[in-house]
Amino acid sequence: MNYFAGILGLLTIDAFKHDLVQYFGVAVMTLSAIFAVLALTYFKRWKWLFGEWLTSLDPKRIGVMYIAVAVLMLLKAGTDAGMMRLQQSISVGNNQGFLKASHYQQVFSAHGTTMIFFAAMGLMFGLINIGVPLLIGSRDVAFPFLNSVSFWLFVSAMLLLNTSLAIGDFSGAGWLAYPPLSELQFSPSTGVDYWIWSLQIAGIGSLLSGINFIVTIIKNRAKGMTLMKMPMFVWSVFGSMTLVIFAFPILTVTITLLYLDRLLGMHFFTGAGGGNPMMYVNLIWAWGHPEVYILILPAFGIFSEIVATFSRKRLFGYTSMVWAIWAIVLLSFTVWLHHFFTMGSGADVNGFFGIMTMIIAIPTGVKIFNWLFTMFRGRIKFASPMIWFMGFIILFSIGGIAGVLLAVPPADFQLNNSLFLVAHFHSMIVSGVLFGYFAGLTYWFPKIYGFSVKDKIGKYAAYFWIVGFIVAFVPLYILGILGATRRMNHYSSSLGFQPLFIVAGIGVLIIGAGLFIQLIQIITSIRDRKKLQDKTGDPWNGRTLEWSIPSPAPEYSYAILPIIKERDQFWNEKQDENNSKIQKKFKNFSMPKNSYLGLVIAFFAFSLGFAAVWHILWLFIFGLLGIISIIIIRSLDENRDRLVTFDDLSKVDQLALGKEQ
Amino acid sequence: MKKIKILFFCLIPLLIIYIGYLYLKTVNIAVLNPKGEIALKEKNLILFALTLSLFVLVPVFVMLIAFSIKYNEKNTKAKYSPNFDHSRIFESIWWGIPTILIIILSIVTWQSSHSLDPYKAINSPKPTLNIQVVSMDWKWLFIYPDSEIASVNDLTIPINTPVNLEITSDAPMNQLWIPQLAGQIMSMPGMVTHLNLIGNETGTFRGMSSNISGQGFSGMTFNAHVVSDVNYQNWINSARKSPNVLNKKGYQALNVDSEYVPATYYSYASPDLFGYIYNKYMSPSNGNINTGMGN
Repeated sequence: MNYFAGILGLLTIDAFKHDLVQYFGVAVMTLSAIFAVLALTYFKRWKWLFGEWLTSLDPKRIGVMYIAVAVLMLLKAGTDAGMMRLQQSISVGNNQGFLKASHYQQVFSAHGTTMIFFAAMGLMFGLINIGVPLLIGSRDVAFPFLNSVSFWLFVSAMLLLNTSLAIGDFSGAGWLAYPPLSELQFSPSTGVDYWIWSLQIAGIGSLLSGINFIVTIIKNRAKGMTLMKMPMFVWSVFGSMTLVIFAFPILTVTITLLYLDRLLGMHFFTGAGGGNPMMYVNLIWAWGHPEVYILILPAFGIFSEIVATFSRKRLFGYTSMVWAIWAIVLLSFTVWLHHFFTMGSGADVNGFFGIMTMIIAIPTGVKIFNWLFTMFRGRIKFASPMIWFMGFIILFSIGGIAGVLLAVPPADFQLNNSLFLVAHFHSMIVSGVLFGYFAGLTYWFPKIYGFSVKDKIGKYAAYFWIVGFIVAFVPLYILGILGATRRMNHYSSSLGFQPLFIVAGIGVLIIGAGLFIQLIQIITSIRDRKKLQDKTGDPWNGRTLEWSIPSPAPEYSYAILPIIKERDQFWNEKQDENNSKIQKKFKNFSMPKNSYLGLVIAFFAFSLGFAAVWHILWLFIFGLLGIISIIIIRSLDENRDRLVTFDDLSKVDQLALGKEQ
Repeated sequence: MKKIKILFFCLIPLLIIYIGYLYLKTVNIAVLNPKGEIALKEKNLILFALTLSLFVLVPVFVMLIAFSIKYNEKNTKAKYSPNFDHSRIFESIWWGIPTILIIILSIVTWQSSHSLDPYKAINSPKPTLNIQVVSMDWKWLFIYPDSEIASVNDLTIPINTPVNLEITSDAPMNQLWIPQLAGQIMSMPGMVTHLNLIGNETGTFRGMSSNISGQGFSGMTFNAHVVSDVNYQNWINSARKSPNVLNKKGYQALNVDSEYVPATYYSYASPDLFGYIYNKYMSPSNGNINTGMGN
């Protein structure tokens, strides 16, 4: 067996041979990279990029970088979706479409993996980085350097995944790579190894972030902010990150075992040799189901903030909401089997997991009713975040109903692995997760950049997304009922599926137009940033702490840390004219210095991952030793902080504080 | 002008629904067009759960639309209570009513999980027909142990006769699905799963794999024929005339990667073949085709 062989391992010239479609992808990727490098050089922005962004430990900047990477990945995986829709629209009867079966399978595997791990997780961690410290009245996260390491691990995992496009191939075993298909016997190329190591690195990054944000929420809250005074977004992140630290180790172990199967010929999950592929399916969903809630809880939190703000009303049923979050956290670990009722576990087991799955619908329903009653007797301003919210409620409820059908095991026997299922989980993840994050991006944009994005264009984008979603996914619900399975690269013309696939393809184009409008929105807003400037620091008439500081928020966020007496304190202060703020005197504080070591760790992590994929022993050791050395170097560095005095504050803060000084 | 706009926005969905209706008349809505008792009960269950879910969906939609019109900031006459954030009665309602609906659905779930357990034999005056199914790269093998014949990508069963499919895989995981007869069940190497089904109308129904199993996955379709008892006997007899034999050599020849395999018949299938196929994954030493095979 070829464990770790030769100077280049398994890497040969064949790894660079592709078909035309793949070459095109590689060319687009390479050209964009070259263009970016040229642009940076031409505008002399390298120093700025490195000094102010890449080495920054400011969670707001790290958040922005997360979001930038995630948006790129959203575009890339969206292109994958477009390719799938095009293939399925034309590959009928005698026409085999423009993608070979093996390539098509790589495309849908990459689509799922990229969307979940790099688009959705990236947007989520981006928004958490921006939102959590601001909302709890903290200057920073608990472990600023660890935060940077998490981000850079995320980037190196992303690069590793995309390297598979140019060097070798990607896994064709679906986004969860069920064995035995993902075992060496059936997937002999290094595609599955790319999948494993990309998830391995991203997963470690997520786990570190999970720990970081839990500690941040527990330790860094402003004085007086007891748990039950926390904004709902912070609660939801608390729930989500709790899930991260319990679920992600399962993923890490499971794919490590799969890698050992592939590298050392072990038999954890192989069909042969006493291995048990069913164990893998259980383990991967024991992570995979909580993962869905990891993504959606922060989106729920964002909607909670948005609905209260734009209804100009206190969030309805705060205590109910908190209980609902923790009910979801707990229950999300008790439902994983509903992904494979068809495995034949027996009626008792299926019945139990079916019922648990339905129970989780109760707290989710409670959240929806609480949002609706936040709107009740409010004064609702329909800015674009509210349009995303409306779309979310409609599409998410429909998807939820589909989910209840899928939760009844005998009904699931007819719907599982059909396109009905695909439509269901896209309803949850696109309208729940993605719409929530888009709403959050619009909502917090002025706080980060100091100017708002154009709301009207944002509304059009939301309408395109909502209509596009309906056009793209209602046909898939119907196709599932017609008996169309997921992941087909070809089907018989006599089935009459083609018209629906074409309609679904048109839907994807409409969604694409929505994405394009969002890009236009950002570009034109940057152009007109003077006009859109947020001078008050409170553009939405907000309720939570972040709106009490100037926009754009300075690196240290709060010149003077706030003291909390009640929920929605900032809103109440605004209502009460006589409220004389007790001003604390400014005291010098320390902030972490920038560090490039996160970037270096990412370089070593990438080397390690690439070496593991191609079995290059020396590079693997190089990567491993590199990571260990950097951790030691950083641990011994005692000169990590810098002092911020009154003179270092932003002009706005100096002016505001100047009266008291 | 406004009226025309509203009319326009009402007409478009109606038109789309009408076109959708015309389209759906031309296709076979497999899941809603069951031809066997099991698929029929599964369809009824789907419709029942859907109806029950509407009790939550409709109020949500009504409230969403009503609240967003009534409490729009432009409507300054609407009541505004910015501090109204808690009501024991309201919150009890939406913890309570969904809980009641879920309790009802849970009872149905528990009962139907048992009554429609794919492992459960179907009650019928006729004796159950056993058929062994093997998913291979990339085709389905059906072995009829009682008649000692076999077929590839053709499942023929007699009408109104309960059928017990014993399913395993000599390939990655697959999932057997014949929407008009019964729901899906996985096929896995080294494991035997069961699917009990019955065909109550004659006809030809599409069957397929619904779990990705590699390159030839999309071509893993077959026809399930439900035929009269006489035609079933005729089918067995005609299969017996086939020159192909599924002994050790025949199985070796079949067990190579192939895609879009047309229906093929075997006049003889070794009675030990199925046991051999799922047993060969059970121990590391047992990779030899000779083990366990008669003939």
